[in-house]
Amino acid sequence: MKRVYVNEEWCLGCHLCEYYCAFQNSGERDMVKAFGRDVKPVPRIRIEDIDGEDGIHFAVSCRHCDDPQCVKGCITGALSIKDGVISVNEDKCIGCCTCVLSCPYGAIVVDEGKAIKKCDLCVKNGNGEPACVANCLNRAIVFEERG
Amino acid sequence: MLLKEGTVRIPSGCAISGLISRDGKRINGSEIVKSISYMHERSNGLGGGFAGYGIYPEYKDLYAFHVFYEDNSSREATERFLDRHFDIVNLSRIPTRKHKNITDEPLIWRYFVTPLPTKLAASQLDEKEFVVKCVIRINTHIDGAYVFSSGKNMGVFKAVGYPEDVGDFYRLEEYDGYSWTAHGRYPTNTPGWWGGAHPFALLDYTIVHNGEISSYDANKRFIEMFGYKCNLLTDTEVITYIFDYLNRKQHLPLEDVASVVAAPFWNEIEDMPAEQREKMKLLRGMFASLLITGPFSIILGFDGGLMALNDRLKLRSMVVGEKGDVVYIASEEAAIRAICPDVENVWSPKGGEPVIVKVNGGVNI
Amino acid sequence: MPINYIYPKYDVVRDSTRCIKCGACMRQCANEVHSYDDELDVMKSDSMDCVDCQRCVSICPTRALKIIPAENRLRPNGSWAQDDIYEIYRQAEGGGVLLSSMGTPKNYPIYWDKMLINASQVTNPSIDPLREPMETRVLLGKKPKKLEFDKKGKITTKLEPHLELDVPIMFSAMSYGSISKNAHESLARAAEELGTYYNTGEGGLHKDFYKYGKNTIVQVASGRFGVHEEYLNVGSAIEIKMGQGAKPGIGGHLPGAKIREEVSRTRMIPMGADAISPAPHHDIYSIEDLRQLVFSLKEATNYTKPVIVKIAAVHNVAAIASGIARSGADIIAIDGFRGGTGAAPTRTRDNVGIPIELALASVDQRLRDESIRNDVSIVVGGSIRNSADIIKAVALGADAVYIASAALMALGCHQCHSCHLGKCNWGIATQRPDLVKRLNPEVGYKRLVNLVNAWNHEIKEILGGMGINSIEALRGNRLMLRGVGLADKELEILGIKHAGE
Repeated sequence: MKRVYVNEEWCLGCHLCEYYCAFQNSGERDMVKAFGRDVKPVPRIRIEDIDGEDGIHFAVSCRHCDDPQCVKGCITGALSIKDGVISVNEDKCIGCCTCVLSCPYGAIVVDEGKAIKKCDLCVKNGNGEPACVANCLNRAIVFEERG
Repeated sequence: MLLKEGTVRIPSGCAISGLISRDGKRINGSEIVKSISYMHERSNGLGGGFAGYGIYPEYKDLYAFHVFYEDNSSREATERFLDRHFDIVNLSRIPTRKHKNITDEPLIWRYFVTPLPTKLAASQLDEKEFVVKCVIRINTHIDGAYVFSSGKNMGVFKAVGYPEDVGDFYRLEEYDGYSWTAHGRYPTNTPGWWGGAHPFALLDYTIVHNGEISSYDANKRFIEMFGYKCNLLTDTEVITYIFDYLNRKQHLPLEDVASVVAAPFWNEIEDMPAEQREKMKLLRGMFASLLITGPFSIILGFDGGLMALNDRLKLRSMVVGEKGDVVYIASEEAAIRAICPDVENVWSPKGGEPVIVKVNGGVNI
Repeated sequence: MPINYIYPKYDVVRDSTRCIKCGACMRQCANEVHSYDDELDVMKSDSMDCVDCQRCVSICPTRALKIIPAENRLRPNGSWAQDDIYEIYRQAEGGGVLLSSMGTPKNYPIYWDKMLINASQVTNPSIDPLREPMETRVLLGKKPKKLEFDKKGKITTKLEPHLELDVPIMFSAMSYGSISKNAHESLARAAEELGTYYNTGEGGLHKDFYKYGKNTIVQVASGRFGVHEEYLNVGSAIEIKMGQGAKPGIGGHLPGAKIREEVSRTRMIPMGADAISPAPHHDIYSIEDLRQLVFSLKEATNYTKPVIVKIAAVHNVAAIASGIARSGADIIAIDGFRGGTGAAPTRTRDNVGIPIELALASVDQRLRDESIRNDVSIVVGGSIRNSADIIKAVALGADAVYIASAALMALGCHQCHSCHLGKCNWGIATQRPDLVKRLNPEVGYKRLVNLVNAWNHEIKEILGGMGINSIEALRGNRLMLRGVGLADKELEILGIKHAGE
């Protein structure tokens, strides 16, 4: 299946993917408005930086593992895997954060709401291509099939 | 003010016709006049002309110069020049008859000449090149004089008017030749100058042409590097020079000349066998600036043959037909059927595909 | 604090109602114009160091930024423009030669814009390139003068080594060092896909790019940086750089800051030291010396590669070109004074040389007058901006064009004229690894391919409009051009008529 991959060779550490991700998942139509409220939308992708001229940057987001720890550990069945995409049913999630602890990549986040937040490859709110991929300045984040 | 041909470039559409006896039998000039008259609609009375080959058997080893003069002073200047460079064996006015539609005729003279051996040797040129240089000299430097025909055993007859009237004016029924070409002109301007009518000739090469080439200035500026001077600014003139340069000076066979001026496309070249591909690439590379684009159908007359050629997209009509030993070429089939109602094997040559007809074993008069 | 005579040229304007404080502008500005104040929770900008490269403007997700000319101005003065005065301040302070990059921004006449192209109407048909074949292939190099035949009448003449271009456009010389490795890779890959050539410039060729050799022109300049036998043989042609349009009469300048490890190895010079090419080739003080270098290079490559001689368009360019045509060179490249550079003295860039249009017209005519036009091909560069410029160049007599500034723009260059500072925010004219990586060659090469393909489509359209179906029938076809608003002398040099004639 197609997954999001990050080529750190080309990642510039601009962090724009975080903002486009958060905006895409905010449900707002205007980015300025999405970030204009007191409570800021949270990104499902996060850039790790080592700054400097020879710095390294890479984005971390859900790998959509074939054998996901988060789904296994979910006590309410809120997390499920369908066609390879792991997503959360926010109505079922009680915010116990077991998944946050069990994810080896730290790719599940919490915000002020009850339910946890995670990448669903923009299947619910995107238009075919995840927002982090579509808006990456340098084609560092790609959405592709790999062996 | 209306500019004269040569000071301005005048596009024109046209009709062309040609015929040749493969056996070298002599055909009367009235045939070609009749043929071209059937394409009256393709001309507009602003130029018509003919080239006949094998018409001067009695002087076949001499260059026949046909010259227009505006007045006697240009004639005297030219004759002084000719005297210095040539042995003039015969000179006379070209016989014409008065015709109501042909007016304002210049003085029209004919000379049968051969280069003076001393002058020729001093020039260090071969004979034909010497003649060419002299013709270009007269046409460029002597005001009011214009040599419009300069080959051996052939001649050009042209004027401002419809071609059938021009044929009548020049009394072409009094000439017999093994091949003939004809031209009716439809220029988009009124030059009113006889020199601008076609065929255009250099030595024994004559061109009648229908079309307007878009590569004109590229061709002109390239060919002028090799001693030619395009005084008339017409397509026909530059095409004649190109044929002369490639065929006479570079010794390129006519089939290959066609592959220069109507070159095969690169994707066709890529599909050719290796040896032919190399040759075509060489020709396209070496003579890139002699590719002729835009519409043309031409008949090249030369000593002992005719060649018909269309541009590579075939943007002008041209058909070929045969009957017995005679091959006919014309812009329209009607012009062939006019003189040969039972013509056979009529076909329309493809763009860029030359039709070359030679008199068996050369000229046998 | 001493007096600061110079007020910033630009104002960075931030619309705080749109800024979401994502900080991308701050992270992406190598000139450190933007900053975030966490106490006040605001993004700030100080335009003092802004070069107007537009990187921040281009990436801002909410279009909260714009850069505009600073409104502050010196007292207007018809004799002394503000830039003139500021340049005096800068030199009074630093005492040095003013440096600039890219092509001159001065307002000299652009003759391309004063020539109009013909089209067919009625008397001959225009040609539709979507329905009929339309050829833009060009063979560059010396053409034989005379056909030779064997006894059977078979042609024995062979074409000399030449370059074969599918499009009449090549990427002109930009050295590795002045531009980044990723920029070079983008150019190399694009040249390969387009069936044309890019040019190493005078910085040698990185080993990683030897595989693009058949689409590479290797350059030999006065500094001989990176020149060795393998280098000469790996390319398809060798270019001797005698001059450059942006800085005729002087050699290349590469600031030491741009000479890091790989550049140093490729150029075969020490790291960190300025690479200043000699103004002349010290083995070429005259035309006969050029002939020797041409043949040395041919000898070194076993007569398998055409040699290009590149000169800047200067006053006597026609006579110089004529000399070059007789020197054994196969191709003459002429670079006009609006051409770009990675670094040049401002005064030279803005005042030396002549417009390429006039240089081209006079060179082409001179070579024809001397009947040697077919002995060399002519390639022109120096501010070719679009396909119409190319059509006009070919009609004036060029065989093909070189593009560089336009190629860099395809890669993101915004003409900030700051290449010499080495901090190119677009990852082009820099060697700083964090900046170089901003140009992903995978993205870059496709943009170059797109640009050239787009231009080639346009060229075909215009050719078809003129009733021409192969570009060689346009070469030197000056009747296809008419001048507008040009004086008699200019028309005479360009060899064209005025519109309406």
